[in-house]
Amino acid sequence: MSIDMSQFLETFYEESFEGLEIMETELLALDTGDADSETINTIFRAAHSIKGGSGTFGLNAVADFTHVMETLLDEMRDGKRQITQEAVNLLLTTVDVLREMLTALRENTELDHERIKVTHDQLEALLASDSTAAKPVSQADTMDTSSSTSPTAQGWKISFHPHIDLLKTGNDPVRILRELSELSELGEIESTMDASSLPDFENLDPEECHLGWDIELKGEVKREDIDEVFAWVEDECDLTITAIKTVTEKVAPAKEEISSATEQSTVTNSATKASGEAPKATPAAAKAKTSSESASIRVGIDKVDSVINLVGELVITQSMLSTLGEDFDMSKVNSLIQGMEQLELNTRELQEQVMRMRMMPINFAFQRFPRLVHDMSQKMGKNIELKMTGEQTELDKTVMEKIGDPLVHLVRNSLDHGIEMPEQRKAAGKPVTATLGLNAYHQGGNIVIEVTDDGAGLNEARVLAKAIEQGLVSPDAELESAKIHELILLPGFSTAETITDVSGRGVGMDVVVKNIRSLGGTLEVWSKQGEGSKFTIRLPLTLAILDGQTVAVGDEDYIIPLISIIESIQLKPEMLNVVVGKGETFKLRDEHLPIIRLHNVFGGHPRTTDLTQGLLVVVETDGRKIGLFVDELKGQQQVVIKSLEVNYKRIEGISGATILGDGSVALIIDIPGLISLSNQEKATSKYKKSA
Amino acid sequence: MANILAVDDSASMRQMVSFTLKGAGHTVVEAVDGVDALAKAKGAKFDLVISDVNMPNMDGIALIRELRALPDFKFTPMLMLTTESTTEKKQEGKAAGATGWIVKPFNPDQLLATANKVLG
Repeated sequence: MSIDMSQFLETFYEESFEGLEIMETELLALDTGDADSETINTIFRAAHSIKGGSGTFGLNAVADFTHVMETLLDEMRDGKRQITQEAVNLLLTTVDVLREMLTALRENTELDHERIKVTHDQLEALLASDSTAAKPVSQADTMDTSSSTSPTAQGWKISFHPHIDLLKTGNDPVRILRELSELSELGEIESTMDASSLPDFENLDPEECHLGWDIELKGEVKREDIDEVFAWVEDECDLTITAIKTVTEKVAPAKEEISSATEQSTVTNSATKASGEAPKATPAAAKAKTSSESASIRVGIDKVDSVINLVGELVITQSMLSTLGEDFDMSKVNSLIQGMEQLELNTRELQEQVMRMRMMPINFAFQRFPRLVHDMSQKMGKNIELKMTGEQTELDKTVMEKIGDPLVHLVRNSLDHGIEMPEQRKAAGKPVTATLGLNAYHQGGNIVIEVTDDGAGLNEARVLAKAIEQGLVSPDAELESAKIHELILLPGFSTAETITDVSGRGVGMDVVVKNIRSLGGTLEVWSKQGEGSKFTIRLPLTLAILDGQTVAVGDEDYIIPLISIIESIQLKPEMLNVVVGKGETFKLRDEHLPIIRLHNVFGGHPRTTDLTQGLLVVVETDGRKIGLFVDELKGQQQVVIKSLEVNYKRIEGISGATILGDGSVALIIDIPGLISLSNQEKATSKYKKSA
Repeated sequence: MANILAVDDSASMRQMVSFTLKGAGHTVVEAVDGVDALAKAKGAKFDLVISDVNMPNMDGIALIRELRALPDFKFTPMLMLTTESTTEKKQEGKAAGATGWIVKPFNPDQLLATANKVLG
């Protein structure tokens, strides 16, 4: 039977990467001196699984490499080896190398043999040092097997007397006899049963084994094959195996060597065949992989079950309604209403549950931080403790994938700029070990992620000075603290005195803000000088649903994302200001804001073109406010976003579409896109005029 | 054909074992660790149990010990999946009541041969 092992590779890679992450997390836990045996056990198990799997699936380079690592971990687990910082660091590197190896194999790219060898040698060196290692034993083991090509005899005399408990491990003398007879396929087998120790019938316990056998096996059977038959029971029986007339003549060994050698070579042949199969299959699997990477999601079986359950309910409701419809009259109107309510309930629950399928605990985004903080704090010579809470808070998978980089940026920022050097902390009377916090929780329809540190906080004077220097605020501006803090979110702002390789390479917080905005989220800064800072990210739980305000322009409905709306006003004539060549503006309190007429951008026939007759929706994006001129406001509702690109094509200024309760389609407005679109139009119309 | 309980915390190994045995016409019940296996074993009958040794929650050795104590599993063949480096584990497993072992890494043919050996 030949089985294509490559079909299991994808699962193997997936679980190996998970295993590596577990190892990393646990190694970092060891790092803080919390060396309980379960931690080491967990690390060992992960390494062990990777080794077992890679060997089985033909990834021998990985298996060899993991073997050394496993030996080291085994010694630690047995308490034979001290867990030193050095060893932990080496193991962390090993995890990295393994990750690279597996990635290379999965994507079918070249392995970095140099790096693998260096790490391998380091592991070997550590193993060789001071240890009371179990290594000689394993060497003896291999010696044993390699010398196992023992001479073949012409026959064997076997005395096999099981202990009475043999049956209790599920072993069966009949099976052993059967296997022996299979060995002697070409020869003969003769066995004599010894029932002498069988007790009287009254005293007989059928669960005990009282029989023994003396067996003569004739023919060319190798000793190790016989040993193998008895391997499982050798401690549960009295066993003697003696050769009948071993071929001891001087000529014989040579002949046997040949025969055993040929046998060996066939074995290796089939072995290479088997292992050759797997690598060949790898590329195909790897290729299939790359195309399906982002398309799959792992969902807990409980979530799938609850959806199936709800679909079942839905089917019941549906059949109830259709029965009702078969001979409907007005007397049944109450049942109809009930049925509809039931249907609504089912649908809403089903929607919630299906949404839940896309949700994953934020832990997936958090788990890289222990390592990051560990590495960076060592590099910078700072003492930092990472505290994570709310790791189980769930959010949409797509949001999770996109929030990773902004989070890394914020954490690096805190580590680098926020947290002081130990001496400074001591001088300021703070604990030498700084705390960096990552916290996540749900609030309303949002997930809130906080990055906190108890570092120096923002230096307001310096921030303000820098902002003035860069022309972001006027020199005589007097800003309150919160406004100053927000300055750091502006494009191109960086206060780092020296640009380190950790953060502050010109890519500023504005990029973080932009990324978060693109997910429909917001970023807030709180800081107190000398006490620390807090960055709060607020994100919608999912990208598939959006809170929208429906507005009407003529016969068309549009959806404006609620998150970008500040207020809606009716213009008074004195607020209006028409600037020639620059379009229309209005004055809102102290600001002059541009007006975009939706009907100008998207067409349609508005009920009015008089700005004081319709409504102005004030929206904010990227720190800019504008007024959108519409006919009227309709309701607020959650809308399910349908992609226009998939169903039609991409349209500037529109982020998608949705279907309203009455079945009509409404377009969802992409505010930043709309602004750039209207700017372009202004530019072209100006060009037309001058031409 | 036989009804087999396959226990391994590694999904890929479990898939491989299960796929191989099913390919040979056996029925396979999968379990992810000792606790899961024990729950699935209670009230069911199996002709063979194949279990990994290193697992979270309850390891293979403890599982075999627990199973052996159940009347339905008194004589059921139980094989452990083990690596060559764990000679002590083999002894420990035997003491707990394991019938025998399959040494990792193994290929599907070896697995089937060993399974057939004990299934008779």
